[in-house]
Amino acid sequence: MTTTVSPGRSTNRLVAALGWSLVALAGAGALGYLALSRGESVSAAWLLVAALSTYAVAYRFYSAFIAASVFALDDARVTPAERLSDGRDFVPTHKWIVFGHHFAAIAGPGPLVGPTLAAQFGYLPGVLWIIVGVVLGGAVQDMVILCASTRRDGKSLGQMAKEEIGPVAGFTALVAVLGIMVVLIAVLGLVVVNALKSSPWGTVTIGLTIPIAMAMGLYMRWLRPGRVLEASAIGLVLLIVSLYAGRWVAEQPELASTFTLSGKTLALLVMGYGFAASVLPVWLLLAPRDYLSAFVKIGVVLALAIGILVALPPLQMPALTRFTDGSGPVFAGALFPFAFITIACGSISGFHALIASGTTPKLLERESDARMIGYGAMLMESFVAVMALIAACALTPGVYFAINAPVAALGSSVQSAAVAIANWGFVVTPAELDLLAKQVGETSLLSRTGGAPSLAVGMAHIFSRVLGGSGAMALWYHFAIMFEALFILTTLDAGTRVGRFMLQDLGRHVWAPFGRTSWTPAILLSSAMIVAMWGHFLWQGVIDPLGGVNSLWPLFGISNQLLATVALCVGTTILIKMGKARHAWITVIPLAWLVIVTMTAGAAKLFSPQPRLGFLAHARFLRSAQASGTLPPGVSSAADLARMIANDYLDAAVAGFFLLAVIVILGDSIREWLAVLRGAKPARSTEVPFQQRAAVAGD
Amino acid sequence: MPFLGKLRRRVAHVGVLLRRVIGAPDYDSYLAHVQRRHPGTVPLTPDAFARDALARRYDRPGSRCC
Repeated sequence: MTTTVSPGRSTNRLVAALGWSLVALAGAGALGYLALSRGESVSAAWLLVAALSTYAVAYRFYSAFIAASVFALDDARVTPAERLSDGRDFVPTHKWIVFGHHFAAIAGPGPLVGPTLAAQFGYLPGVLWIIVGVVLGGAVQDMVILCASTRRDGKSLGQMAKEEIGPVAGFTALVAVLGIMVVLIAVLGLVVVNALKSSPWGTVTIGLTIPIAMAMGLYMRWLRPGRVLEASAIGLVLLIVSLYAGRWVAEQPELASTFTLSGKTLALLVMGYGFAASVLPVWLLLAPRDYLSAFVKIGVVLALAIGILVALPPLQMPALTRFTDGSGPVFAGALFPFAFITIACGSISGFHALIASGTTPKLLERESDARMIGYGAMLMESFVAVMALIAACALTPGVYFAINAPVAALGSSVQSAAVAIANWGFVVTPAELDLLAKQVGETSLLSRTGGAPSLAVGMAHIFSRVLGGSGAMALWYHFAIMFEALFILTTLDAGTRVGRFMLQDLGRHVWAPFGRTSWTPAILLSSAMIVAMWGHFLWQGVIDPLGGVNSLWPLFGISNQLLATVALCVGTTILIKMGKARHAWITVIPLAWLVIVTMTAGAAKLFSPQPRLGFLAHARFLRSAQASGTLPPGVSSAADLARMIANDYLDAAVAGFFLLAVIVILGDSIREWLAVLRGAKPARSTEVPFQQRAAVAGD
Repeated sequence: MPFLGKLRRRVAHVGVLLRRVIGAPDYDSYLAHVQRRHPGTVPLTPDAFARDALARRYDRPGSRCC
């Protein structure tokens, strides 16, 4: 038998094979160059080429493999959006719109902050983990969960964990999600507080975004009902006005001192805001803010991409710094495992599994769209992380560490900071630090931990090179701060509200009226409870002399990776029950890596003998100080000392809970896998049976 | 002027797309759905629909991420 291939077709295939080989070679070459270059600064172009060509090859081949061989996505199969079409939740939507919607939902401050913090190891660990992690881990997780949920009428991750693995895993997942929300909101709150501390310009600009959102809400409800785009356009113009208003206030000495707030005051204001967002009607604050944030998000991501492409800044940070040994000032812990905990969003983010099993599966028009939306949108998010890394590494290491190291490491003057940084082997003069602060319109940039200010300085550098020159640095800096804070506050307010609903849902088992979601006392009580939960961690971060980020960001990373563990366990279980056990490696490989990383990082945070790293060791250190009647540096009173000791134990308990949750979910999943593989249990999943598309022609 | 009419339709179309991307309640397609699939039933008013859609969007995890 002979196969007939037309000459034209075989030429096309040859060209395609050649083309893809070139893309793969370009990616491998750029990665190799980045890995081997030492000494001089390298251009960001290498990083972009490495990332984009890896994404292209992975999307073209790996996601196609998952779509065709693993899930066998079939456009003849009717999607829940069509079958259950109700014009509200289930709405068949064009794939590009779902892509935009999904991307806007998954992209938050995480991929901006994580890579910025991880830059203390140098650019190489971050870029490798972002690129490799996303193509083998994060994008796979998002796509697998999206496919699984789409075939189950858009069921949530928690429901799937319960039905596919078992009730123990399901309940653990539910409690874990609540725990993650609390830690996430606290750490994001801390990032905002640190960005606005002693900055009247930033405080006024961000503060004004709240009345702007409310004005938009009122406009859309009473003045011109439903005119979302009109209101958003007005809102965007007002955001620019608020940027200039902030500058004006900062220039009036008297007003400026009124709005120069301490970390503690700002923390209380952020808590008040979270409470208000949870209690007020959604149309008044949450929804308009969310629309505004979606536009700003997509706009700034595009602008940043263009800015980086035009400016192609050289990376000043070395490939690897001496801090890979764990002595870094930004956060404690060695390259392994802490680079993989610090960068979660951008490589693999368990949180995405909640989105991929939330709104998105109810919108898919065709099954095959899950490839572009699940895998593709995550690649785009990863690219945002690469851009954040570029912006952070475009700063000189001296400036980077001056902004990101805590007061305990730098001291409180530019002179002491320059000395400390020189001891780490980097050069920056006090005059340079003063000049930079002045250029961006701040009194000081020292120890502005949390990642937002240094990213904003990096972005201001890049944007001002393209537009406006160094005279525009201050405006660009505050624009970037506004953009980051807008991101963060939309996660914080929506998260608080969701947390309130979850709390009410759990609490109704104890006291039924607590679960009534429209009963004012229950709303107020549950909102106060959730704010108190994250507020406690936020407060602890604000008074922590080590900067708070040091303890809270790793906790957030561990919790996020825990959620990814849940998602990958659910994914693996579903693959095995689909009879695709031989392909289960696609989720088992990232799962194994995440379990190793979370367990080592969690164990280090718990049991490390170094007080900077281990919560328990830190508690012991503080207790010995307490016993001898002295106060450690940066601690102002005996009461603060006692509170810090209690917080260490609380952090240890939370880390311990996350580790235990990983073990429970993994153990429960392995039990289920073995039972199915051995044949002791029928491979029955809850997938909705195949239904031919033609059957519901029409809608 | 046919050119302006075309332009206006284009702009309106982009507007619809943008609204969907940011996840604003889409009353028109809800109305179209009710009329096509459930003829005879009374659809929600625009205001009630918008309130309901927004309330549902923010009452569970999965609408916003880190």
